[in-house]
Amino acid sequence: MQHIISIRDFSRRDLDHLLDRAEDFAAGGYDRNLLAGKIVALLFFEPSTRTRMSFASAMARLGGDSISVDSVEASSIAKGETLADTIRVVSGYTDAIVLRHPKEGAARLASEFATVPVINAGDGAGQHPSQTLLDLYTIRKSMDIDGLEVGILGDLRYGRTAHSLAYALSLYQVTLHTIAPRGLEFPEGLNHELHDRGMEVKAHRDVKEIIRDLDVLYITRIQKERFPDLGSYYDVASSYRITPETLQGVKDRLILLHPLPRVDEIDPRVDSTPHARYFEQSRNGVPVRMALLSEVMR
Amino acid sequence: MTPGAQNRTLLVSQIKDGTVIDHITAGEALNVLTILGIAGTTTESLSIATNVASGREGRKDIVKIERRELRKEEVDRIALIAPHATINIIRDYEVVEKKGVTIPRVIRAVVKCPNPGCISNASEPIESAFEVLPKGLHCLYCDWMITKDIASHII
Ligand SMILES: [Zn+2]
Repeated sequence: MQHIISIRDFSRRDLDHLLDRAEDFAAGGYDRNLLAGKIVALLFFEPSTRTRMSFASAMARLGGDSISVDSVEASSIAKGETLADTIRVVSGYTDAIVLRHPKEGAARLASEFATVPVINAGDGAGQHPSQTLLDLYTIRKSMDIDGLEVGILGDLRYGRTAHSLAYALSLYQVTLHTIAPRGLEFPEGLNHELHDRGMEVKAHRDVKEIIRDLDVLYITRIQKERFPDLGSYYDVASSYRITPETLQGVKDRLILLHPLPRVDEIDPRVDSTPHARYFEQSRNGVPVRMALLSEVMR
Repeated sequence: MTPGAQNRTLLVSQIKDGTVIDHITAGEALNVLTILGIAGTTTESLSIATNVASGREGRKDIVKIERRELRKEEVDRIALIAPHATINIIRDYEVVEKKGVTIPRVIRAVVKCPNPGCISNASEPIESAFEVLPKGLHCLYCDWMITKDIASHII
């Protein structure tokens, strides 16, 4: 039985295989009844409507059904019950479980008690492998991942999508540029780990000093709560905001990605440039999740 | 004979049946007992010697547990804090078996994860689990790394 828990569990071959599958699904020539008769539980202990809809849509396109349990219902199921028990029970109703939970490691625990495959749809500040796969997929649709100069911008200290993407990219020949305000840089341990995995990581403070060299810029949100007052937040956030002016002189092929929802990180005037790929990125969630669902329920 | 050597002979030969854990890193004897699950409530009779002079380590701790023979898997858990420890199984005042400790690949229920958001700290029917890496301990649930002061995280 195969679970999808953490991007750390994937080899480059596994990633490439899933991305190939997603590409096949996106191209359309697939069996619409591939998962007919199968049922997936979408068990969401915290709200994430988009991720849940994206999994439901992926399941429906493959002819399968989903039982969706939203955060309010899930917390009442779980009242006084351990996650382990909930998972044991739900395993009996379905062929796979997609789990989102506020505690880190919840998906790993679920995989120990489930009798069906578990797909992690985000556990606390921990892993969210389907997001990382769709990030990779979006990059690969535009260009070969090997040889790229990839920038990751924003709150890199706490941003799990940034950590997970960096980790996945270390399986490819990529130079990583981190662009973060003081205090929100990559954790030291992660820098060491990436280095040990053979990836070159260069730290920058100012996006303007590096953006012209980049092929990909992955933008993440800088949270207000990380700052002592609103004034210092606005100072920092405005200097990290991507505007048409920031994009002057960049490579033609530069693509801008963002896990969405965005707040002020990207000026809406950027949306109409050929660099903006964040809406396409979110659409790519469906074929990527089709690949994951079909992989675990083969 | 040096005073240290005399001490060792004296301390090790005292019990009739049981286990003597020798060459424990000085100051770690109580942590060793905690890890072995031998605390104040135990019925075994225990003796603990701390900061005993020893030719090999300078100072060491010794723990003796009467009428209980510890299994290798039990004792390997102490390797994290006392990597040079040796285990002597005693029957009728004789050492019948002597072995070192090996650091296991994964340690369960020994260390508490310092991450408050980790599922292993919630009330779930699981034990903490850490992978032992050269840099430290890696939580198998939340990926947290403990790189220093491992003893202070012992359950
Ligand atoms: Zn943990």
